[in-house]
Amino acid sequence: MKSVLAVLTVVAAIIVLWYAACIPMNIKGVLVEVERAGAEVQPPSAKDRRDMGEFGLALNNSFVIPATWEQDRPRLPAPHQVATELWNTTVGKKITSKRSLIYHGWVTLSATLLGFAIGTGLGILLAVGIVHSKVMDMSVMPWAIVSQTIPIIALAPMIIVVLYSVGVQGIIPKAVISAYLSFFPVVVGMVKGLRSPDHMQLDLLRTYNASKSQGFWKLRLPASMPYLFASLKIGIAASLVGAIVGELPTGAVAGLGARLLAGSYYGQTVQIWSALFAAAILAACLVGLLGLIERMVLKRMGMAS
Amino acid sequence: MMLVVLAFLVWIAGWWLNTRLAEGPQAGTRAVQLLVPVIFGVTILIVWELVVRGLEVPLVILPPPSMIAERFGSSMPILWADFSQTFLKGALSGYVMGCGAAFLMAIAVDRYEFLRLGLLPVGNFVAALPIVGTAPILVMWFGFDWQSKAAVVVVMVFFPVLVNTVAGLRETTAMQRDLMETYAASYWQSFFKLRLPAAMPFIFNGLKISTTLALIGAIVAEFFGSPTVGMGFRISTSVGQLALDMVWAEILVAALAGSLFYGCVAMIEKTVTFWHPSQRG
Repeated sequence: MKSVLAVLTVVAAIIVLWYAACIPMNIKGVLVEVERAGAEVQPPSAKDRRDMGEFGLALNNSFVIPATWEQDRPRLPAPHQVATELWNTTVGKKITSKRSLIYHGWVTLSATLLGFAIGTGLGILLAVGIVHSKVMDMSVMPWAIVSQTIPIIALAPMIIVVLYSVGVQGIIPKAVISAYLSFFPVVVGMVKGLRSPDHMQLDLLRTYNASKSQGFWKLRLPASMPYLFASLKIGIAASLVGAIVGELPTGAVAGLGARLLAGSYYGQTVQIWSALFAAAILAACLVGLLGLIERMVLKRMGMAS
Repeated sequence: MMLVVLAFLVWIAGWWLNTRLAEGPQAGTRAVQLLVPVIFGVTILIVWELVVRGLEVPLVILPPPSMIAERFGSSMPILWADFSQTFLKGALSGYVMGCGAAFLMAIAVDRYEFLRLGLLPVGNFVAALPIVGTAPILVMWFGFDWQSKAAVVVVMVFFPVLVNTVAGLRETTAMQRDLMETYAASYWQSFFKLRLPAAMPFIFNGLKISTTLALIGAIVAEFFGSPTVGMGFRISTSVGQLALDMVWAEILVAALAGSLFYGCVAMIEKTVTFWHPSQRG
């Protein structure tokens, strides 16, 4: 109960700070607007205003403060503007509309899920190979670990363009990026998980005269589940980032990344913020869903803490 | 076609060599453990080179490694300028600011129970979000130069370091804290002599995660607008010109910078947390 209260307080504090930050961020633009509309502004000359600090301007012209939360193209949109835009572009628009965030979100989500499925599948396969073959372990594993320290996302624009030049476009290039971003975390986590049974447990199976495959299915795989889910959560977040970044170089056709890019081209800040929040909500839902599945699976397996 | 067959043979030979090494009597030694991945990497490079030349893959799809190396050697000045713009100015300054701010915030969060209860769930939540998406906003606010890249990096590294540091500061046991109490240690004395050292493995965990995030942030932020220099800028424009050897050279720079950065932080960790079981082994 106390922690819910604490979280709510922090969230409320963030929103208050956000509203407060809108004033200095937007005041100069608002002053220009109200002056054009014929209102008295202190100080009157534009040159003096340019040299003044934002806070001084806000104090001198306190009557425009409400306007800083209602601007059309603010530098920092107020929370309610973002919320309204989110509502209008999800519930207020038809799903087939090009302005519907659900449409764009689905474009991104489908690439994310496809890539995530491919990346996770291949990652698990490679991990199984690494655990069972010493050669693969010694040759591949160091590279898999090193690959986590390098920004492989830099490959994204090239993959898009190269696949485009061989005639592949649409969902596949984005899915490829998502796949390789989720691939390495899954490999590393899964290898750790498949190795997690200790000597006692492995010895027990040996006394049962269990074959290698029985040992895998009955001990190693179940024991790896907590590790698998931990890396799946990292992997899906990485996949989503991959799909969003993969949408950037295609010239902003569809998807959340395209909304971000189009918004930054045309100075539509409210659009950028709502796309950003849509991406955040999507990520939170995906991670939350995996957490739910994790809890159900682990409970069913009797491993829940 | 000969080259492709040769590539196949090289692959078999490399694999055979590695199998012999990995299953041989020397498999446990350090030299072999280093040698095997190196052989694997070199084999892949040779196979890549031979297959690309053998099948005459067009340069706009995949350049051979020799061309990339050549490009890397001949465009050193450009690559260095990009490196210093993106890494030294953007990523590194943002990394220092972000980690510093997160560290100070973590001390405050640790001091006040209410803040910890409220901020940690929010921090955990934010750490899983696609924060690179803030890049277009921050580029709009801070301009095209390195300041906006540093700002993106600050936002990206803040939460992982915060969450890890807070977890680390709670690492001491009640016994240890009681001991400090019996010594009549003040808050800051027990902080610097007990809790901060105990938190170091966790802090470095966050710092190591953040090295990669910092580079990703700085590079992706440049896709949204940058001066005509920088790794992300060079990648996106070279892709547009289909100069893929340049793109690969830039990726090589990013890979080297990323692993060196990580290596440096890991080295510092080794000297600071020499007492920890994971470092003594």
